[in-house]
Amino acid sequence: MERRVVFAGWLCPAVLLVPQMAVTIVFFFWPAAQAFNESLRRGDAFGLTTHFAGVANFAALFASPNYLASFWITAVFSASVAVLALAPGLLLAVMADRVVRGAALYKTVLLIPYAIAPAIAGVLWMFLFNPSIGVLAALLRWLGIDWNYFLDAPQAIMLVILAAAWKQVSYNFLFFLAGLQAIPPSLVEASAIDGASPRRRFWTIVFPLLTPTTFFLLVVNIVYAFFDTFGVIHNVTQGGPGQSTEILVYKVWYDGIVGLDLGGSSAQSVILMAIVIALTAIQFRFIERRVHYA
Amino acid sequence: MVSAPRSAIVPHAILIAGLVIVLFPIFVAFVAASHTLPEILNAPMSLVPGPHFLSNTIEALYAGTVKTSGTPVARMLFNSAVMALAIAIGKIAISLPSAYAVVFFRFPLRRTCFWAIFVTLMLPVEVRIMPTYRIAADLSLINSYAGLTLPLIASATATLLFRQFFLTIPDELVEAAKIDGAGPWRFLVDTVVPLSKTNIAALFVILFIYGWNQYLWPLLVTDTPAMTTIVIGMRQMIGNGDAETEWQLIMATAILAILPPTAVVVLMQRWFVKGLVEAEK
Repeated sequence: MERRVVFAGWLCPAVLLVPQMAVTIVFFFWPAAQAFNESLRRGDAFGLTTHFAGVANFAALFASPNYLASFWITAVFSASVAVLALAPGLLLAVMADRVVRGAALYKTVLLIPYAIAPAIAGVLWMFLFNPSIGVLAALLRWLGIDWNYFLDAPQAIMLVILAAAWKQVSYNFLFFLAGLQAIPPSLVEASAIDGASPRRRFWTIVFPLLTPTTFFLLVVNIVYAFFDTFGVIHNVTQGGPGQSTEILVYKVWYDGIVGLDLGGSSAQSVILMAIVIALTAIQFRFIERRVHYA
Repeated sequence: MVSAPRSAIVPHAILIAGLVIVLFPIFVAFVAASHTLPEILNAPMSLVPGPHFLSNTIEALYAGTVKTSGTPVARMLFNSAVMALAIAIGKIAISLPSAYAVVFFRFPLRRTCFWAIFVTLMLPVEVRIMPTYRIAADLSLINSYAGLTLPLIASATATLLFRQFFLTIPDELVEAAKIDGAGPWRFLVDTVVPLSKTNIAALFVILFIYGWNQYLWPLLVTDTPAMTTIVIGMRQMIGNGDAETEWQLIMATAILAILPPTAVVVLMQRWFVKGLVEAEK
């Protein structure tokens, strides 16, 4: 889409674009290019010089059981966060769409986690499940569950999934609610007149109309789980126990900043970039389709 | 009306369960912030709020904690506020003009510029940690407010949102402005900016939250307690969670960290909801 009527000249737009382009080039493109460059180089044992190493860094990554494990953990983590944030978001939106009394209050409170940083969501849940002082940890022990996420890998993964998903439900709730409110009431009424039960109306009319929203949110939630949950991991488990909660973003930070493995960390950056590009491309394809449906 | 439901008990029950799940962790943090440390350590802690909330909050605000070498949380709140405001205002201030440039002009490399901005969506700081850190270090931005904000200030989302909105401004308005002898600057200041007020408000909320909740970048670019933001400060207060962890102060800090962004979202809810749903389209 383009405007027909525009202003003449190039100096004015150039001036307007300079700040954005300067920041973009200095802090986005230049570092991204550096990451590419360094991913193809290796340092000597003393870290003083580097030499071109081709795809050696990538080959080393994919030969490393740790890195492959991190991929697997990230997949399990992201899929779980997406499902655990989407399903309650949809359920709550459907319910909020049905009630009249208290709707504004429900909506306001359900919005709150959106405002809370993932890192702080992590702290809140960590405190609830702290093996020695956590309120919910005490409840679990009372139920006979041996709860100690410091030592038990599956428990640690469950805890970070829970904290990350809790924060994201708000976002999904909002988008599902907007999607529901955009559905023409006449469609649902027609099916009600035909005698369809509320459950049937939901699955045959409402849910199919929400498909574009659901796909869109699925991608957004996966991106969130991949990239925005660093603070959750860093606060709650630091990747542990062992490396059982070391998702890719945590590993790229750890190997680069703590491990000082420049080439390896840059190669991981390049792989992550490829993942974001793929996810963004998918996301925009679905948005195109959403526009056509609307 | 379809939904003249026989009873609305089930939706209300589910929504109330949702509220409980949302509020419970925050409530427990508040309760912990109202107890003394021995009361918290004597597990399980009582879920009835104690009398120490104010004193703990004041202690955190002005005296800080042992593990953050006594840096007052008030200082961290200030740092977070500067960071969130600078990012929100900065992103709007550079995105609105760049969207205006690509929509209202034809010039060489226009599409290239637009795509360059768009592509930054795919380069979050998380995927280019080391080189971005090095550039910030080379430019002496470590432990400075410029370092906290400048590298995050480019915004594809804001530019795309403004562009989308500018495309809906009727051609007649532009023509009228031209007939009146208004140049591009005049039109921007007198017409486009006032028309964009709602969009600016909506974006402000989203970007303020984004800025306040940053984690990885402030962790990289600051290493002195005086420049710590409140979200990062919490991590440092916890340390490795040993016996000296001052949970009552940490939870008071958590409440302080949650309050400003929550207030912004709740008070500006109408704009924020509209803006969020539109920004992501």
